[in-house]
Amino acid sequence: MEKFIKHTGTGVPLRRSNVDTDQIIPAVYLKRVTRSGFEDGLFAAWRNDPDFVLNKAEYKNGTVLVAGADFGTGSSREHAVWALQNYGFKAVISSRFADIFRGNSLKGGLLTVIVAEADVEAMWAAIEADPATAITVDLDTRTVSYNAVSLPFTIDDYTRWRLMEGLDDIGLTLKQTDFIDTFEDKRRSYKPATLPIR
Amino acid sequence: MGKTLAEKIWAEHVVRQADGEPDLLYIDLHLIHEVTSPQAFDGLRLAGRTVRRPDLTIATEDHNVPTLDILKPIADPVSKLQVDTLRANCKEFGIRLHSLGDIEQGIVHVVGPQLGITQPGMTIVCGDSHTATHGAFGAIAFGIGTSEVEHVLATQTLPSTRPKTMAINVEGTLKPGVTSKDIILAIIAKIGTGGGQGYIIEYRGSAIRALSMESRMTVCNMSIEAGARAGLIAPDETTIAYIKGKPHAPENWDEAVAYWKSLYTDSDAKFDIEIDLNADELEPFVTWGTNPGQGLPLNAKVPHPADYADPATRASAERALEYMGLTAGTPLKEIAIDTVFLGSCTNGRIEDLRSAAEIVKGKKIASTLRMLVVPGSARVRLEAEAEGLDKVFIDAGAEWRNAGCSMCLGMNPDQLASGERSASTSNRNFEGRQGKGGRTHLVSPVVAAATALRGKLSSPADL
Repeated sequence: MEKFIKHTGTGVPLRRSNVDTDQIIPAVYLKRVTRSGFEDGLFAAWRNDPDFVLNKAEYKNGTVLVAGADFGTGSSREHAVWALQNYGFKAVISSRFADIFRGNSLKGGLLTVIVAEADVEAMWAAIEADPATAITVDLDTRTVSYNAVSLPFTIDDYTRWRLMEGLDDIGLTLKQTDFIDTFEDKRRSYKPATLPIR
Repeated sequence: MGKTLAEKIWAEHVVRQADGEPDLLYIDLHLIHEVTSPQAFDGLRLAGRTVRRPDLTIATEDHNVPTLDILKPIADPVSKLQVDTLRANCKEFGIRLHSLGDIEQGIVHVVGPQLGITQPGMTIVCGDSHTATHGAFGAIAFGIGTSEVEHVLATQTLPSTRPKTMAINVEGTLKPGVTSKDIILAIIAKIGTGGGQGYIIEYRGSAIRALSMESRMTVCNMSIEAGARAGLIAPDETTIAYIKGKPHAPENWDEAVAYWKSLYTDSDAKFDIEIDLNADELEPFVTWGTNPGQGLPLNAKVPHPADYADPATRASAERALEYMGLTAGTPLKEIAIDTVFLGSCTNGRIEDLRSAAEIVKGKKIASTLRMLVVPGSARVRLEAEAEGLDKVFIDAGAEWRNAGCSMCLGMNPDQLASGERSASTSNRNFEGRQGKGGRTHLVSPVVAAATALRGKLSSPADL
């Protein structure tokens, strides 16, 4: 995984709350067996609307999505994270993310940043006033900054370290194989197994 | 201080605990399907890794499979590739797979319980957010993304942060025609789509205890719609009776049952938050908007956005009404429906089909709509056919299909057309969920059946 330390880019103001993963990428776009090529499905239903924010020239190169509350609710599809990344987003800012989406994003290196709803409103206003506003998401200092504003955000130390080092979660766990072996030795004998088929 | 049920199960599965790190949690059962697994298997291959415990892993084909002509090659080449990829991956890594045409094929959350492989005290994951269904047996079951699927395949563990605990106490007795679907829709309307975020919900109280196993699964299934990753119900005699005799019921039965009976929340345990709901007052519930929290009793009217004080809620209601093509103040029972969908991991089990069949038996569905009946699994379908339920539905004018997720998410050809309106026993009424431009009202199986007969949203009492 690519390291995430600090990213500076322009913002895309998505003035909607409860953006579920079916909106981020509808089910009919989930049929690929790769991790790439999902950008076409991103917000597919909304992209027919010429007024939709991603269709506006001034936001075309945005890399920081600023969204309303409860972003990423619904389905566990990690394709939602891939679609955002494939399109070019590096970070998403909202006042609240659904758990599974947030987990998926932080596994895959798309930084999800939680700030207060009033701060999201202020960012929308700033971006709309000047779409070229540079937004910096700094994982090292745990701050989001634009113009003269600097907003602290929280993220647990472990996830931050893993993202900044670009570490593979599975590789880390495989170093704990001794613990897994020991655990398996004392598992209850009557726990079900799928094999052999009964 | 005592422990809650969720805390007991969690503690039992911690492989490794370290300060400042998430707990490493052992996973007892990993369920797999075609949509969220191909990239995970690819990841294993790229890193030269294997599946640690194929014997704790099981796969089925459900999300994108057709419900007609299932023995012919899948017509959509992209769906076919995804299913073929699952078949090849299962073969390569030695994973048990139930393919189209197999008696155990079906929606992954229907298959686990029917095999008896879902049991109390387990940790269960699947790359699907409705995995919480299995919590009905007193298990911690939750949905994961594809990176986590790969992690579980490789290590049979998952680094996880322990959620907080929430109790939802449902006391009282449900009125006739009110079901567990109405309980969960009422809960989501009450706490909102983010209300359960960060929590494991334990559903408790006399109204929950009185539910059958399958009705309990309906409640736990939609925990995610309240924002919670998992929801569970303590095992009791109902749970034990359901598992007894299933193919994978423990051979060491007495020992297993003794353990299951220890799985309850201690009387002196403390939840982080408790919420109460009175079952006596519940009515059949229906959603009017585009998230599962936008629901009301069926006797209500389409709400006025101006009645909501919070600006974001108001804006969301305005958008929802526009998308749904509804006018504030319209009685919900006046809303005409084009398609009734009976099925899904929420309400596609045999009891759901029975309760709907009882209502349509000997009657005809309204000429203005179509009704799709999609059993949750091939076994459920055969069981229903043995009872003659297929005939009941077909004679009423409904379509009797093969098992799969079908119109719940419209990944296969079973979709709503733009502007088409459904009464659906599934779990999500998001914009476009059942087909681009489609409009979804979430309902219970008995409301779906009554609606099919009357042509407008209806409860059995309206017939």
